[in-house]
Amino acid sequence: MRGAWGHGLRTVGDTTLSIVGRIGAVVLFLGQILRHSGTSFRRFGLVIREVYFAGVQSLIIILVSGLFVGMVLGLQGFETLQSYGSSESVGVLVALSLMRELGPVVSALLFASRAGSAITAEIGLMKATEQLSAMEMMAVNPLARVVAPRFWGGVISLPLLAVLFAAMGILGGFLVTVVMLGVDSGAFWSQMQAAVDFHHDILNGMIKSLVFGVAVSAIATFEGYEAPPTAEGVSGATTRTVVSSSLAILALDLLLTAFMMKGWN
Amino acid sequence: MNRATLNLWVGFFVLLGFLAFLMLAFKVGNLNLDGSGGTYEVVAHFDNIGQLKERAPVRSSGVLVGRVHSVRFDTLHYNAEVHMAIDTQYHFPVDSSVSVLTSGILGEQYVGLDAGGDDKMLKNGDEIKLTQGAMVLERLIGQFLFNKAQEGGTDKTSTDKGAP
Repeated sequence: MRGAWGHGLRTVGDTTLSIVGRIGAVVLFLGQILRHSGTSFRRFGLVIREVYFAGVQSLIIILVSGLFVGMVLGLQGFETLQSYGSSESVGVLVALSLMRELGPVVSALLFASRAGSAITAEIGLMKATEQLSAMEMMAVNPLARVVAPRFWGGVISLPLLAVLFAAMGILGGFLVTVVMLGVDSGAFWSQMQAAVDFHHDILNGMIKSLVFGVAVSAIATFEGYEAPPTAEGVSGATTRTVVSSSLAILALDLLLTAFMMKGWN
Repeated sequence: MNRATLNLWVGFFVLLGFLAFLMLAFKVGNLNLDGSGGTYEVVAHFDNIGQLKERAPVRSSGVLVGRVHSVRFDTLHYNAEVHMAIDTQYHFPVDSSVSVLTSGILGEQYVGLDAGGDDKMLKNGDEIKLTQGAMVLERLIGQFLFNKAQEGGTDKTSTDKGAP
């Protein structure tokens, strides 16, 4: 009995410690990236390359999902609001939920699975094939040459993707509710403008997506850099990137929303 | 992929992102180039502000002219002190009056501003003296019941006749 309980407790303690340790390791790794970021800004071409791979190539999935999410929001919102006779407020519903939550969160989740996993796999494979060791042999710091440009590429791309996601979502909501369901277009836009505040909704959404960009890029590069140099290790690291980035995004979103809500009242 | 094509695509991506941001700021949000930052503050004391919150709209004839900046309790007069930021493009006479109103039956509360007739205009930091607080439903019902009871006590025959 005592043995089983002791074993269970030890497992809980061990898991907790390893989770906390991993978060600490990611934060320390983030500090190292920032220390070695000088090269990325002196040779900005390296970052532009990564913005292309992380940002431009994620454009299609982000734009299409944004459109669909906005359309679904419009349909569902219209359905419910119509029973209160205020179907014009559907614009407010679509815009606020996209600006405050769905834009930053869903685009960060898509970004983590589309670009974050690719970054991890690339860096992990570079490590497994000893390209990183080869760079060190040539006195080139792999943190400055490989990791930091990918990190900054992700940090720059995600806020832009989140804004595009929200804009496409609002367009999708407009198409469904105004063009298809016949909500008045003037009321749709004017009620939206009256309810959406530039600082409290749009800028806070941007801050959120910037924080998610830092978190996802740090986790993705960390997992790749620390991946065991085997085929199995790289595949495990890729999976962990998606799982832990998604969890980090949702947890950070809760924290940020709580703080931002506190600022409102 | 060569360098020039890469830069072109990234440039296109960044430009698209900024365009989307501008669309959100001006078309979806309430950011105005002329109206941003240009506000003056006026103060008003209310007996009761109901559910009035910071950032609640200030409307005159239904048009948005400003927003509630802050709400606090004034320990000197024992009533609510409301600071309102009014857009500088709107000027109101010093004898204007403000009241706490509700949009719709269950809607949010806002400040209604009715212009007065004075020649002098409100400046930054001025106080609006004529105020009317929010209507509290419980008090209204209480008053109604009290009036009804009084009516019944003094003139019983007329209420009996009036009842269906």
